Amino acid sequence: MTTHHSIPGTVPFGPAEAMKGYALNRMCYSFNADDCRKAFLADEEAYMARYHLNDQQKAAVRARNVLQMIAVGGNAYYLAKLAGIFGLNMQDIGAQQTGKSVDKFKAYLQSFASKNEMVMKGGKNV
Amino acid sequence: MSKILGSVSTSHIPSIGKAIALKLQQDAYWKPFFDGFHKVHSWIAEQKPDVVVVVYNDHGLNFFLDKMPTFAIGAADSYATADEGWGIATIAPVAGDPKLSWAIIESVVEDEFDVVTCQEMLIDHAVTIPLQLLWPDQVPPPVKIVPVCINTVQHPLPTAKRCLDFGKAIGRAINAYGSNQKVMVLSTGGLSHQLDGERAGFINAEFDAECLQALINTPEDLTRYSIHQLVELSGTQGVEVLNWIVGRGILGARAEELHRNYHIPISNTASAIQVLQAV
Repeated sequence: MTTHHSIPGTVPFGPAEAMKGYALNRMCYSFNADDCRKAFLADEEAYMARYHLNDQQKAAVRARNVLQMIAVGGNAYYLAKLAGIFGLNMQDIGAQQTGKSVDKFKAYLQSFASKNEMVMKGGKNV
Repeated sequence: MSKILGSVSTSHIPSIGKAIALKLQQDAYWKPFFDGFHKVHSWIAEQKPDVVVVVYNDHGLNFFLDKMPTFAIGAADSYATADEGWGIATIAPVAGDPKLSWAIIESVVEDEFDVVTCQEMLIDHAVTIPLQLLWPDQVPPPVKIVPVCINTVQHPLPTAKRCLDFGKAIGRAINAYGSNQKVMVLSTGGLSHQLDGERAGFINAEFDAECLQALINTPEDLTRYSIHQLVELSGTQGVEVLNWIVGRGILGARAEELHRNYHIPISNTASAIQVLQAV
């Protein structure tokens, strides 16, 4: 497998993650279906067992900890479906992963707004 | 011969779907984003496309990690939507154009792009939100679609050069297609954003500006970046800019930028809109 310098705070979802996280991501993929979401909520442990999550993956889900889920191979696109079950949006998720309050995380995103004009102006054909 | 009119590229952030459902277009948070579509609407009204080639990435609705095609093209006469798990409303099925789909498939495979072909394909928010943004009063939209799905989920992802070349191959296929249809390209996703990891919330306006500028007439400039560099510069989900690069390839050598909108933040994303007219 190709190796690259690491990007701080970033895990590109590659072959190692795809293999490691398969069971967790497969469970999350099932949450497209409403009856599966209900089954998970009704008996989380039984549902995780049904999808063969390993102990680390189960612990990450129990802890509702996104960084832990990523460490055990979770992919953002599928984890979003799990987050949806708990009514968490992307700012909640971002806040949790960066150790900020949700308001601080939103303010961080907002801080980039000062660049909007620069990018708009780059569009002028000169 | 069919004619390629140009392209509209736009972010496809899920929360836009919720804002549409809740009619928040005039809300202070959303207005700068939705107002960016007024010029898009007038361009579309003037151009009257018949078919839209939609270049996007699936987010775990039609494809899962069990089978993950690098490039997939829909060849259905209708594309349904479905529950994605986190509360976005489904919309009525969107009409396909299987004849054009197969013409593109035959041509790109002849051109050595060995795509996966899909006679059944669910379309997710990356298709439906942009369609709703472009035709807000018409659901389903008054066009047929050809969905072109790019793997931006599981690495290895196709390189930027491969994406640009794939787009060019689709463009050649459309130009050679014997109909008088007017074809528009709709590329969705991006721009810079990262949902996962301690770097969540990462945004890179400088790189987005570089991409928007290069996409006009020097898309080759973006092919010097490796996928790893694109992740570093645009974020783990910012690599969806690959969809824009494919879309730009379809347009052909020269394009004119008619409109751009860029607004940070929408959800965790640097939202962008760009209209390019093929010249």
